[in-house]
Amino acid sequence: MSTAAVTDKRPSSLRGASLPKWSPWAIAAGSVVVAVAIGLIGGLSSKIQWGLIAAILFVLGTYGIAARVEGRRQAKDRVATSLVWVAFLLAVIPLVSLVWTTVSRGVKVLDVYFLTHSMGVVADSEPGGGIYHAIIGSLEQVGLATVIGAPVGILTAIYLVEYGRGKLAKSVTFFVDVMTGIPSIVAGLFILSLMLIFEMQPFGFAGSLALAILMMPVVVRSTEEMLKLVPNELREASLALGVPKWRTILKVVLPTSIGGITTGVMLAIARIAGETAPVLLLVFGNPFINNNPFEGAQASLPLYIYQQYAQSAGANAAYDRAWAASLTLIAFVMILNLVARGIARWKAPKTGR
Amino acid sequence: MAKRIDVSGLTAYYGSHKAIEDISMTVEPRSVTAFIGPSGCGKSTFLRTLNRMHEVTPGGRVEGKVLLDDEDLYGAGIDPVSVRREVGMVFQRPNPFPTMSIFDNVAAGLRLNGKYRKSELNDVVEKSLKGANLWNEVKDRLNKPGSGLSGGQQQRLCIARAIAVEPKVLLMDEPCSALDPISTLAIEDLIGELKERFTIVIVTHNMQQAARVSDRTAFFNLAAVGQPGRLIEIDDTERIFSNPSVQATEDYISGRFG
Ligand SMILES: Nc1ncnc2c1ncn2[C@@H]1O[C@H](COP(=O)(O)OP(=O)(O)O)[C@@H](O)[C@H]1O
Ligand SMILES: [Mg+2]
Repeated sequence: MSTAAVTDKRPSSLRGASLPKWSPWAIAAGSVVVAVAIGLIGGLSSKIQWGLIAAILFVLGTYGIAARVEGRRQAKDRVATSLVWVAFLLAVIPLVSLVWTTVSRGVKVLDVYFLTHSMGVVADSEPGGGIYHAIIGSLEQVGLATVIGAPVGILTAIYLVEYGRGKLAKSVTFFVDVMTGIPSIVAGLFILSLMLIFEMQPFGFAGSLALAILMMPVVVRSTEEMLKLVPNELREASLALGVPKWRTILKVVLPTSIGGITTGVMLAIARIAGETAPVLLLVFGNPFINNNPFEGAQASLPLYIYQQYAQSAGANAAYDRAWAASLTLIAFVMILNLVARGIARWKAPKTGR
Repeated sequence: MAKRIDVSGLTAYYGSHKAIEDISMTVEPRSVTAFIGPSGCGKSTFLRTLNRMHEVTPGGRVEGKVLLDDEDLYGAGIDPVSVRREVGMVFQRPNPFPTMSIFDNVAAGLRLNGKYRKSELNDVVEKSLKGANLWNEVKDRLNKPGSGLSGGQQQRLCIARAIAVEPKVLLMDEPCSALDPISTLAIEDLIGELKERFTIVIVTHNMQQAARVSDRTAFFNLAAVGQPGRLIEIDDTERIFSNPSVQATEDYISGRFG
């Protein structure tokens, strides 16, 4: 008797009853319908409650149906899958709604005029004006902060991974940890106290210094992780060729990890680009265009957004401008992320046979 | 060009752990010496003391003398970087630089040392790849990444990289243990050719390989687990495999042990 004949007669022990492929969708649709019904009948006003009821029904329904048809083990598997999906949706919904709100409210006044004019002659409650001065301020402050923060952070990470031994390395690691936790307003106050000692007026570079303080630990951490990923064998291969250690780091270790390091730096830039508190303290804000980051108050995008809200006495024109500036800021951060991904992919060690 | 190695009373530590103790031996120029012995008996550690790679490991420390043609590698004022230019190394797992092309991998030693003329680079790369029996396989794709080669080709690429800087001695730590029999054969043939120009020391777990490629064989062993590794004996390969003077060597070779 052949094995084929056996499987024809008896159901295989390897194949159990299973739900059709579309069943998760059906269960999801069913639970949404039931949740809406419950919401309407129970007179629940909040749509969030509706969503939560649907999510709970979906998870419970999946378990019940799968347990009945497929057995307990498969049911648990399906519950785990549906929990992941629910969590995913819970995470994505606020994100999508945030992007949607920003885009739909932001595009109203976002045009070339808006990007190329300042608020110099426009009162905060009137329509018109733009964010050119804020873009300039943001670019200069964030750029200078990066010029300071990124090299210091990368060099610190190189020290920690490649050279650091003993007490000094431990204490550097400890201070980096502490710095990671510094609230941005405290970094701002620190620089402010220095400014007060020297009796200086607000200027862009002071903001850059505070931003650099915030940026450094992020860069150190991400660069450290990337350097640790470089296999020790590559370092040894280079050293065994008679290459000095510093050249090995420069020509072998850094090129191997440059993609990841760049990504880390870009993410750190994205983080500080949205900082408001230290800029408010140190750069103060300025409706006029000030191209010089080393003298006089400047604007910046996050600060501009805040001030449009805070100082416009509820004028719609100001709200629109704030949204448009938010959209610009999000776009800026997104472009940075895309650039980082591009560099990471371009510089990634080449594999493939 | 090839140089002679003279080791006397060498002891190596990892931090406070003594890995090998009191090893003395002589390696003749233009010969192949094989190190055999059970895992963990300190073959790699000893090999790495011969080009001062041991001290790259945190806590790595060495006592004793290693003379390279009468110059003590551990003497005062000796630069480990210059030592490694004289004594090259090939590792167990092929480790080409992943960001570099085949050409750049071979040229890496010269380029990274910053001592070369542009015009000679092409010649050196071609000569080294030919020396490693790899030229015919890669001459049409010198600009492709080195990690795209097969394991055996990668290992020969690493050998080409090592001989491109013209060392006097070539150390190989189980260079074939990650390779298939065909690639292994290719590398064994290569070792036979390279010994015309270099002093070669090879660690291997493969008895036949040691018998095939080496002129002299050294047997290492541990007295007990946790004890440092020691050199049991070193002799002509033929004698070690036919009539060793120590019983432990015979036991190990005939597979009664280890
Ligand atoms: N990086 C290291 N740190 C601490 N101990 C090590 C290290 N590498 C090897 N050892 C120890 O040194 C001894 C010899 O190891 P090794 O030289 O690798 O032996 P073999 O190459 O003969 O297998 C072993 O006891 C091992 O545990
Ligand atoms: Mg070993």
